[in-house]
Amino acid sequence: MTIQIHGVSKSFNGTPVLRDVSLTLPEGKLTALLGPSGCGKTTLLRILAGLEAPDAGEVRHGGAAIHGRSARDRNVGLVFQHYALFRHMTVGENVAFPLRVRNRPKAEVEARVHELLGLVQLDGLAGRYPHQLSGGQRQRVALARALATRPQVLLLDEPFGALDARVRQELRRWLRRFHDELHVTSVFVTHDQEEAFEVADRVVLMNAGRIEQEGTPAQVFEEPASPFVMRFLGAVNVFRGHVDGGRAFVGDLEFSAPEPSSGIRAPAHVYVRPHELEIHAKRSPGSFAAQVERVTVLGASVRVELRAPPYGERLEAEIDLPRSHALKLRHGDGVFLSPRRVRVFPGHDPEQDSITASGL
Amino acid sequence: MSVRAEELERLEPAAAADPVPGFRRAHEDPPWVRRLLIGVALVFLTGFLLLPAAAVLWEALRGGVEVWLAAITQPDAWAAVKLTLLVAAIAVPLNTLFGVAAAWSLTRFRFRGQNLLLTLIDLPFGVSPVIAGMCTVLLFGGQGLFGPWLQEHGVRIVFAVPGIVLATVFVTFPFVARELIPFMQQQGKEEEEAALVMGASGWQILSRVTVPNVRWSLLYGVILCNARAMGEFGAVSVVSGHIRGLTNTLPLHVEVLYNEYAFRAAFASASLLFLLALLTLVAKKLMEWQQLRARTAWERAK
Repeated sequence: MTIQIHGVSKSFNGTPVLRDVSLTLPEGKLTALLGPSGCGKTTLLRILAGLEAPDAGEVRHGGAAIHGRSARDRNVGLVFQHYALFRHMTVGENVAFPLRVRNRPKAEVEARVHELLGLVQLDGLAGRYPHQLSGGQRQRVALARALATRPQVLLLDEPFGALDARVRQELRRWLRRFHDELHVTSVFVTHDQEEAFEVADRVVLMNAGRIEQEGTPAQVFEEPASPFVMRFLGAVNVFRGHVDGGRAFVGDLEFSAPEPSSGIRAPAHVYVRPHELEIHAKRSPGSFAAQVERVTVLGASVRVELRAPPYGERLEAEIDLPRSHALKLRHGDGVFLSPRRVRVFPGHDPEQDSITASGL
Repeated sequence: MSVRAEELERLEPAAAADPVPGFRRAHEDPPWVRRLLIGVALVFLTGFLLLPAAAVLWEALRGGVEVWLAAITQPDAWAAVKLTLLVAAIAVPLNTLFGVAAAWSLTRFRFRGQNLLLTLIDLPFGVSPVIAGMCTVLLFGGQGLFGPWLQEHGVRIVFAVPGIVLATVFVTFPFVARELIPFMQQQGKEEEEAALVMGASGWQILSRVTVPNVRWSLLYGVILCNARAMGEFGAVSVVSGHIRGLTNTLPLHVEVLYNEYAFRAAFASASLLFLLALLTLVAKKLMEWQQLRARTAWERAK
């Protein structure tokens, strides 16, 4: 079922948490609400579930407004961050709960519980109590319970947040396959970019109660709509410069600025991802001199920290291992840098000093 | 893992018990301090708890079991026992209901006057029980606020069972709520929200999620409430009128006998109260033990 969110605002004690959010969650797709803590993503999820009421705006399920319906009548499946399993009930009783409160016949409840536990690969654990399960198993019990009444919408709040790294990896892939089989419209909240990219069909980036950008993972990564998105989706080098007539200038360097500029000279920032900053031993056109500060082997790739006054005091480049061997980089070496790809945003950078300082 | 550790400790007790001479764990006090503190605690416990309790039992049974039995099977004594149980049977369920409702509303909703209510719950702990009794008299007595109206309708509250119940309810008001509130605050409301989203009604959430979750705290509160309800003296003394066989609860009965120099009978009745207290303590201990087990199982699983 398609979910439409239109002009939703919400504040707590006078502090706005959501500001005029409009969003369409397409049918059968898995959408990630991605953003830093406090950006309003969980509040939006709770509004979808009916646990919070928006101050303004409306939510539609398949075209029908649902703000008049309480959480219990929405038939939404919700998985809480800490699962919220009923600790005094067994796994089987937990999964049966939504069916029992709806007074379904006993035989139907039993059959459905059996089916669901099979679906989440927990057959045989129906008699266990939540405290006897591992984190990943509890997660799957919570999922089975949320799906018991065949909801048309499945909501997950930080579904992997409370798990350790390896289980998280496995569960992410499992959830993706699981979704491909079920095709229920799903929304999950996360602050982890990697997680959102790996699991979701669509990513909605939120910041300070607003939606910054939505699109497929490739879209938001390749064509970030704002400096915030650029910064949030990974490390980035920031250069201060200006735009003038469709060109961006940083020191002696010149780039084409895709933004339709008004033709008037204006301040701008140029963003370069570490893996798109090339290192050369010799000067080439469009490059600038830098000095190697530190070389860190990360595995298949190598991170090189550099300083290149006046362009930037702390720059970062990421190159692959063979390239690193070829360059034989050592602390203090003089090299030349050239951005392979840049993104130009006119105006001021929201967090000028927090990631990478720049000269000029 | 933990089994291994235990085994190791059993194999090398000396290593665990004796650190290198001159070293001491940071939180460990010198031996003489420990002995002194334990000694003081033991002396207090013996002098103020064990000796008086033993004295009551000793006095009660000094004349032999037959005398004791005769004293407690006396009609007035039986009437007092029955009244005490009746009052507890009314006051405890009432305050359990109130306690659950108060704890639920104070921990699950935010509203104006929340802190005021939280403070007011403790009021009965703050005022002397005698004052609680006086309040009942002032409200429902012959000269009281509702006195004339009650008299017209032939309802007797003061110097009758309803007054005793009212005074007891007032005094035992906070026990259940006080037990539940911190526990429910700590638990949070996620499980209830989960139940709501899954389609449970308010009543279903309360009866299938909230109450089963807090059952140990609830029972514990009920036990404490019950102990106080049966043992209350001051408030009940003011409103009861001390009518033998009618409005004397067990504690009042003990006092009446004592004032009449019927020491043997007084101590026999007191020993009954003492047994009730003992039962309560045992029940409480069992409950704490159960709760601890449940909690450690839960924590370990986390």
